[in-house]
Amino acid sequence: MDALLKNRRDSRNFYLLVALGLLIVAAGLAAAHYMEEYGHIVTGMNNQVVWGMPHVFAIFMIVSASGVLNVASIGSVFGQAPYKARAPLAGLLSIALLAGGLTVLMLDLGRPERVIVAATQFNLKSVFAWNVFLYSGLFAFVGIYLWTLMEKRMNSWSKPAGLLVFAWRIILTTGTGMIFAFLVARQAYGTALLPPMFIVMSFAWGLAVFLIVQAAMYGWNEMQLHPAILKRLKNLLGLFVISVIYLVTAYHMTNLYFARQSAFEHFILVDGGIYPMLFWGGYLFVGSLIPLFLIYFPGMGGSRHVLAASILVILGSFSLLYVFIVGGQAFPLSIFPGYEVTSSFGDGQIAHYAPSLPEILLGCGGLGVAFLITAIGVRALNFLPRDAAD
Amino acid sequence: MSEELDRRQFLKGSAMLAGLAIAPGMLLYDLAHGRSLNEPASSAVRWGMLIDTSQCESGCDDCVKACNKENGLPGGTRPTDEQWIRKVELKDMRTGKATSLPMMCQHCEEPPCVDVCPTGASFRRADGIVLVDRHLCIGCRYCMMACPYKARSFVHEPLHDQKPDVPRGKGTVESCTLCVQRIDRGENNTACAEACSKAGHKAILFGNLNDPDSEISKRIRTVASTQIRADLGLNPGLHYEGL
Repeated sequence: MDALLKNRRDSRNFYLLVALGLLIVAAGLAAAHYMEEYGHIVTGMNNQVVWGMPHVFAIFMIVSASGVLNVASIGSVFGQAPYKARAPLAGLLSIALLAGGLTVLMLDLGRPERVIVAATQFNLKSVFAWNVFLYSGLFAFVGIYLWTLMEKRMNSWSKPAGLLVFAWRIILTTGTGMIFAFLVARQAYGTALLPPMFIVMSFAWGLAVFLIVQAAMYGWNEMQLHPAILKRLKNLLGLFVISVIYLVTAYHMTNLYFARQSAFEHFILVDGGIYPMLFWGGYLFVGSLIPLFLIYFPGMGGSRHVLAASILVILGSFSLLYVFIVGGQAFPLSIFPGYEVTSSFGDGQIAHYAPSLPEILLGCGGLGVAFLITAIGVRALNFLPRDAAD
Repeated sequence: MSEELDRRQFLKGSAMLAGLAIAPGMLLYDLAHGRSLNEPASSAVRWGMLIDTSQCESGCDDCVKACNKENGLPGGTRPTDEQWIRKVELKDMRTGKATSLPMMCQHCEEPPCVDVCPTGASFRRADGIVLVDRHLCIGCRYCMMACPYKARSFVHEPLHDQKPDVPRGKGTVESCTLCVQRIDRGENNTACAEACSKAGHKAILFGNLNDPDSEISKRIRTVASTQIRADLGLNPGLHYEGL
């Protein structure tokens, strides 16, 4: 009788969650429709800050989609049993996050109805066009990988499939970093450090997403994660967070050393208003140092601490991406080095950008897509990580 | 018999005369029009500009107004409005020297906007003009991120009263076309250059950089000129004098 009651309650809660997800997706779609109808004038974006809040959401999801596969790779490529048990969930999350991120990117286009043009006309010199292949490849390869994991007869193929996915997602995140690394004239971008920085960011953010979803699933099923496995996962998260700090520091130190970049760094790190605040407060303190405290400080590191750390890492990632994407564009292009510049087109001025509600709703809609795919996938198929000890 | 011969000779003679009379006209027509609409742009031509900043008057925006009129742009100056050409006021931080100049798409030989465009909507014509194909542009704005000159605008709002020979589109990116509609009609001058001459400044010289005898080529050979952000190695078609 108890089991029956629990089953009913579970069903009701599941449909409530799906309804909530649908509501968020609907709000995102309505926002996209509004933006398409009236034009991007209803967003905060302009001719100087051409990528805004939707891109912060989209890039977070696309980078995490690659990083979450780390859990699978450690299992399939490096043969670690506790990670292998988590590989299917990692694959599902990867597909869900990628779908969410691409939905946002696509719906933010000036002409979203021309997405078919993007899928049929390729400029092979464009890193954006390469990314179209990388994204569709990831969907396909993760799909095959999931098949080899979940279909017993295909199990023997899971190692080569895992290897393929491992290589592909490293290339994919390299491609994401290159979108910025290939921008020759922007002070914030145009450095070969960005692809490795994006890869390490993907490790941290993807694992944080994984840990949150896993905690939710264990909570739902009233299960406890084995302390030894929790310890391994949390230590891994801590290591990734430290690695991100390392690369972000190297990026800013390099810029600080170059005299021509010092005005930009001063803007991002000291007097740029919201950007230094988000960098130091949002990314470094809330998104990195507090999580490290929660993970490593004696007496910390319990499942709740790790869950909190994961949530904070994600908040930090949004802060860092906002500083990187929006702050990087708000600082004026150096078209005439050595001159003070003014014009009617914002030359020489810090651009103003305030995200509008439709942009934020569109971004949340993408998260909603990822959430729905995850929730339905987890309900319909057996994605719950089960360890041998269970 | 002789009568027939006379008639034949007469017809032959008049045909030749008519030919002689029309030929120079045809030749002139050919020169003026350059090429028919079916004929592709030729790499024998590279359109470019030489801008003499010493002649460009601070506060004068005749070039901007002429561009807006020619291309049917509303001429607003909010951060979301399209500006294909803008006046930039410069002050040298070391010497205090003030300079005024028009800034627009520099029509690079190696345009970063063309490299990054995922669909090939951004393209460079054989005659050096960098354009956006309004049917292929999906509005991703990656070209705006890549342009070192902030030359491109995104159409943020629905458009009204477009000019038939300057097609534009909401949700797509656009920039200076070097008045390609004029060039394709055979009027080898841009609206901005024309307006600048009309105002008596003659700061903008438009012409074919590939023709060693063109005025622009001769001037570039004799005066000191520079390309903006020449360090990037993009070889823009726009050259600036006095900068």
